[in-house]
Amino acid sequence: MSNGCSPMEPTDTSNPDYFHKVVDCQWACPAHTNVPEYIRLIAQGRYDDAYMLNRQSNVFPGILGRVCDRPCEPACRRTRVDGKAVAICRLKRVAADHRSDVSDRLPRAPEKKNGKRIACIGAGCASLTVANDLMPLGYEITIFERFKQPGGLMRTNIPAFRLPVPVLDEEIEAIVDMGVDLRLGHEITSMKALLDEGFDAVFVGSGAPRGKELNLPGRDQGERIHIGIDWLESVAFKHIDAIGKKVLIIGVGNTAMDCCRTALRLGADDVKVMARKPRGFFKASDWELEDAEEENVEIVINHSPAAFLHDNGTLVGMRFDVMEYDIDNGRITETRKVDTVDLPCDDVILAIGQENAFPWIERDLDIEFDQWDVPVVDRTTFQSTRPGVFFGGDAAFGPENIIWAVEHGHQAAISIHQYCQSEALTDRLPPTMNLSSTKMGLHEWSYANDYSSATRQQMRHVDLDRRFDELEIEVELGFSREDFKAEVQRCLNCDVQTVFDTKLCIECDACIDICPTDCLTITKNGPESDLRNRLSAPAHTPGQDLFVSDGLPQTGRVMVKDEDLCVHCGLCAERCPTAAWDMQQFTINLKHVDQYAADKGASA
Amino acid sequence: MSHIAKPAARHPGQPVNKLGFSERDYEGGMSTLCAGCGHDSITAALVKAFFELDIEPHRVAKLSGIGCSSKTPAYFLSASHGFNSVHGRMPSVVTGANAAERSMAYVGVSGDGDSLSIGIGQFAHAVRRNLNMLYIIENNGVYGLTKGQFSASADLGSKPKKGAPNQLSPIDPVNMAISMGASFVARSFSGDKDQLVPLIKAGIRHDGFALIDVISPCVTFNDHDGSTKSYQYTRDNIVETIHTDFVPPRQEITVDFASGEVTSVRLHDGSHMLLKKVDKAYNADDRAAAISYIQHHQAEGRVVTGLLYFDGAEPEFHQVSGTCQEPLRDLPHNELCPGSEALAKLMKGYR
Ligand SMILES: Cc1cc2nc3c(=O)[nH]c(=O)nc-3n(C[C@H](O)[C@H](O)[C@H](O)COP(=O)(O)OP(=O)(O)OC[C@H]3O[C@@H](n4cnc5c(N)ncnc54)[C@H](O)[C@@H]3O)c2cc1C
Ligand SMILES: Cc1ncc(C[n+]2csc(CCOP(=O)(O)OP(=O)(O)O)c2C)c(N)n1
Ligand code: SF4
Ligand code: SF4
Ligand code: SF4
Ligand SMILES: [Mg+2]
Repeated sequence: MSNGCSPMEPTDTSNPDYFHKVVDCQWACPAHTNVPEYIRLIAQGRYDDAYMLNRQSNVFPGILGRVCDRPCEPACRRTRVDGKAVAICRLKRVAADHRSDVSDRLPRAPEKKNGKRIACIGAGCASLTVANDLMPLGYEITIFERFKQPGGLMRTNIPAFRLPVPVLDEEIEAIVDMGVDLRLGHEITSMKALLDEGFDAVFVGSGAPRGKELNLPGRDQGERIHIGIDWLESVAFKHIDAIGKKVLIIGVGNTAMDCCRTALRLGADDVKVMARKPRGFFKASDWELEDAEEENVEIVINHSPAAFLHDNGTLVGMRFDVMEYDIDNGRITETRKVDTVDLPCDDVILAIGQENAFPWIERDLDIEFDQWDVPVVDRTTFQSTRPGVFFGGDAAFGPENIIWAVEHGHQAAISIHQYCQSEALTDRLPPTMNLSSTKMGLHEWSYANDYSSATRQQMRHVDLDRRFDELEIEVELGFSREDFKAEVQRCLNCDVQTVFDTKLCIECDACIDICPTDCLTITKNGPESDLRNRLSAPAHTPGQDLFVSDGLPQTGRVMVKDEDLCVHCGLCAERCPTAAWDMQQFTINLKHVDQYAADKGASA
Repeated sequence: MSHIAKPAARHPGQPVNKLGFSERDYEGGMSTLCAGCGHDSITAALVKAFFELDIEPHRVAKLSGIGCSSKTPAYFLSASHGFNSVHGRMPSVVTGANAAERSMAYVGVSGDGDSLSIGIGQFAHAVRRNLNMLYIIENNGVYGLTKGQFSASADLGSKPKKGAPNQLSPIDPVNMAISMGASFVARSFSGDKDQLVPLIKAGIRHDGFALIDVISPCVTFNDHDGSTKSYQYTRDNIVETIHTDFVPPRQEITVDFASGEVTSVRLHDGSHMLLKKVDKAYNADDRAAAISYIQHHQAEGRVVTGLLYFDGAEPEFHQVSGTCQEPLRDLPHNELCPGSEALAKLMKGYR
């Protein structure tokens, strides 16, 4: 924005990124879901609209309202204001649970096809998103899936007690029912052969299907050492329905959390999750750890696996090195082994990560692979080095999560469309924005500007003594009406932006005096690092921008706003005598493939 | 007037004072004044000053008369004592309260109408008694509350929003106070908290009558072209004389006095005022020179601000009257009211 020693440049708010960043949740969401708007729609009881708004960006609101990795929540402004994010994800579930039949609002495919045939490999969320976006434009989509059911890891690995099968089925059907040619039980074993079938483009959404191995002494003996994702898959397909009493889970990521909780439901009663490092270095999200610990899973830190122990060919336990770490500033600077312990067990589940594997892609097809044997994929277009072959989801850059796979799907759909229409793939439509005043009267706004001091509503769970009876019992009960009525009011409407008109300001200080969170300052301009220390309150939150006005008419000083803690209460605008501040609703229009097609239609 | 309360959310980086309070703990109710009123800025400056002085709100009494300005005590220090008196009569209520309980901090908030029109008699006597209080005039040149008639501080020729320019001579509270023996006289501007906050702090700590005349634009009735009390006019014509910094007791003073432009003045409670001459020709300890300087500039339409007169040695009301230290409520009844025999004896002494 500015270099080290010159005063800051006036903020260019015509760049949609500026206001978009202020909507912390939407900015952090890989698919840029319009969170504050859907929360307001829920507040108004417009669940169908809330659901459809979600669906536009994230395609699977019912699924994601339960199991999304929710990068939006750590980013949520409310976290900085009172320590707890708005329950953005669970409010999405509210929209899905309370909606009526929206089938007539779902996208439809036209009878007349456009003559372009696209092959998608794998029926996970990435491929399904590609189909969702391209079917309405007349593309013919064939999805090849090696399993008998679509859904990818959402079906095979995310346990039913977190994601009920009917929810999954319904949202997949919404896409497949447009007329997708879904070939179940059809594994692609040769990319070459597939390419020979003459599809206009190929999308690889095959995921990252291989669980990482742990090659330690004793690994090759017995049948009680399982690879986490394969084991969960077997459980999902009911090939496995029991496990020993004592189970050790190796690794402490999200897969480990699903493994330990699933083990409890298959008969284990002593489950330990073995972590090499201390807390704070775990890959699992806090909420998954909480849920596991609520079920009395023990998380054992600083234990590094050393060997599998067998007695007469039967697994009896595992040996661990007990570790000690020196930690400086959140980084491990020194590692020491201080002891060795043996822990008894009946089964071990390895949950230490996934890898991409493409044994079925011949290496002479001009699809380049890098030194780690993963395909070289463009981060914007999702095209491989072979024109017309695209990758997305976990298959593109390794394991991520559903919402990233969805966003990859949207972007790949654009590329596939551009490719099939012989347009440049890099020709992406820039986002546009709209700002409209929310002013309704002297001190009245079209949004609820009053601040709610409510704390985050707790999600209620099925009782501990009931929830293990069956694997399928969904643990979370969802929000009650009282819960979500309170929760929606916690949203700070960050999309209702404070928009400043420099020439109107008479420097009366009213906005500065009223602001509850010390966001505003009128001062002499200066370099950013200096300015950040001279504000009404110091502004040191990384990633939170300063708005800087042009020189003010009376004194030439500047109006500075630290976006960090603005609660969008509108009081600055209410106290401004000249309406130099206004509260304007910001909408960003990030173009999906339908708009590429519409633009084309309009210009043709 | 806003329909919502100020959100309870606070900036986590907000400092706390020695009492563990943050600035927000010194706020009052939501203002009902017009958006942008200078008076609200003065309220914010008062909040900041009391916060920074580590004063317990219940050790403060805020008093006022009638007017938009006189409404403002409702908007700061909600945990303090308050009295909203009849129009122009705040000084006599402070006099009574101060006579009975001298250990509290007294802050009177008044307007140019309240103090210089209807209340000029009361104002003048509070000055000459050197009553120990901070007296703030929120000076907008009009009767804001009654829809903008010119007050006694309106300048000759100043134009109203509608109607004829003012034809009566203004009363300048600063000149008047200096000539009537005030011990602490300052002028400031609601739009300049850097100047105003230290002056308020010094005024609270000063032992005696501290007047701060604060130019405080009325955005609704007196902020147009042709007004001499508007934001724009004030900014264009302000002349700062002496800038005051306030240093609390026991805090190290880190100023280079070598240039001779800065002097340090010790206040009664051990705090200091650092006086920095912005205009080298100005002397804040010479009544006659101060009056002449101010009048001279006034004739040119200039607004002289800063600490304009100071005399730390002048005895305040209680010292002059030789009254007792204890608040009257703490005196035993027989001392407070020794009875008719004692009265008879006293009367006899005067015969
Ligand atoms: C245990 C576990 C729990 C998780 N929990 C969450 C969670 O709570 N929230 C979250 O957001 N993410 C979670 N994830 C991650 C998330 O599931 C994945 O990031 C996401 O499913 C990736 O989607 P995808 O479409 O790229 O691939 P996938 O979902 O992996 O789908 C790929 C599909 O391709 C098929 N396939 C592969 N190769 C071929 C072939 N050669 N021919 C035909 N078909 C083929 C596979 O059978 C599969 O159905 C979890 C992952 C695991 C392992
Ligand atoms: C005895 C009496 N006379 C007249 C009035 C009407 N009145 C109310 S406020 C006011 C003038 C206030 O002017 P000022 O003190 O300058 O306050 P401002 O509203 O400008 O801040 C007048 C004349 C009154 N309330 N009481
Ligand atoms: S809307 Fe205005 S007053 Fe409210 S927190 Fe934001 S900047 Fe402050
Ligand atoms: S309230 Fe309005 S006029 Fe006053 S300083 Fe703020 S933006 Fe400027
Ligand atoms: S009328 Fe004038 S003095 Fe009264 S509140 Fe409005 S702006 Fe302030
Ligand atoms: Mg007035």
